[in-house]
Amino acid sequence: MAMGLNDFELLNSALSGNRRDLSKILTAIEGGASFEMGPQDPWTLGVTGPPGVGKSSLIGRLISKWIGRGEKVAVLAVDPSSPNSGGALLADRMRMGATDSSDSVFVRSLATRNHPGGVTSRLSPMIECLAACGWSRIVIETVGAGQSEIRIVAFADRVLLVDGPDRGDMVQAEKAGIMELADVIAINKSDMPNSQHAADSVRSALGLSQGSQPQVYLVSAHDGSGVDELLEEIEACSVSNLRGRLRTRERLLSLWDSRLLDHPRINEVLYAVETGSITLDEAVESLK
Amino acid sequence: MRIVIAKPGLDGHDRGAKVIARALRDGGHEVVYTGLRKTPEEIVRIVMDEDATALGLSTLSGAHEVLVPAVCNGLRDEGLSEVVVFAGGIIPSGDHDSLHDQGVRAIFGPGTRTSEILDFLETTSQRIESGQPVGIGENSGWRWG
Repeated sequence: MAMGLNDFELLNSALSGNRRDLSKILTAIEGGASFEMGPQDPWTLGVTGPPGVGKSSLIGRLISKWIGRGEKVAVLAVDPSSPNSGGALLADRMRMGATDSSDSVFVRSLATRNHPGGVTSRLSPMIECLAACGWSRIVIETVGAGQSEIRIVAFADRVLLVDGPDRGDMVQAEKAGIMELADVIAINKSDMPNSQHAADSVRSALGLSQGSQPQVYLVSAHDGSGVDELLEEIEACSVSNLRGRLRTRERLLSLWDSRLLDHPRINEVLYAVETGSITLDEAVESLK
Repeated sequence: MRIVIAKPGLDGHDRGAKVIARALRDGGHEVVYTGLRKTPEEIVRIVMDEDATALGLSTLSGAHEVLVPAVCNGLRDEGLSEVVVFAGGIIPSGDHDSLHDQGVRAIFGPGTRTSEILDFLETTSQRIESGQPVGIGENSGWRWG
């Protein structure tokens, strides 16, 4: 979609710091519009982990630290849409503390199924737009429950995996392949019993694999302990070649998926496979 | 539709707001829920950042005559005139007119069927599409019901 005059004015206004117009542009990008913003070098962090481990609360803590250092923090909080109604309940921002009153924080909630190809193909342009508008720390939050979430955090240049005590969900994360993508691991709720045990078992699981391993930090989003050290590690972490390649692979697969799901004949081909008039292989051929 | 459900003021619980948020989601809407005890300024900021089409305000404490107009004025001041505002919770019928005068398009009390709120949003959508005024800053005497 080419930029019209209104788009041009909207973009200039957003670039000069108008928050409402930035918000309008993000909506337009989510809906498929494109804006010329020139090359950007966004700083991005993906945060993922099982439900209920305190990702949003921990992000709230990180935000306060960043603001204290003069950074401007934008969060894209991705939540699943209901497969039945297509609706979504987006409530991550309610746990991010005092983020709703600072000029240095911008939080946008996103639902996964707004369009056929999913939200992933729109993430990069949204991130670039935020960077162009001066947001110096961009966080992408998602529930780490499966393949599609991995693909979302893979759009960030560094990945923080969060877990809590007594969950046993790290095994699930391992299955889904998120552990391989993590640059830093935080075990949250260090104020609760068994968190040290959880950190030890994650460290021991990591010790079994080859190559450079992510550092494991014990933190508490509740009382703030360990958050300074975690932030230093996030700021300092460098992406290993192996994780860099994995991340690129996930991004490629994700865009490939979106392209496929956005194909104008996808429903027709699905129907043909369903009714047995063509085989799966023929379907793939016809969608190339 | 993108809808923010917000709790202004010092209410102690948010059961009603959560029921509404869930019902709207099941009706196919994208609902952003703010959590308890938000200031009018915070609510305006959330509506702006989320680029919401509609805002539902839930209040139980009796402070609606202060908080609801504060949110409405904040939206207008920030250039968010097209946002559709509706309210719910404990709002005595004697106070409805003054809130409608502020631009609140619908007020839903206890016992309202969630399907009625979905009908209201559907009607709102149609009004937006056909260019009829329905936003908080758009001059119109239109109200639901």
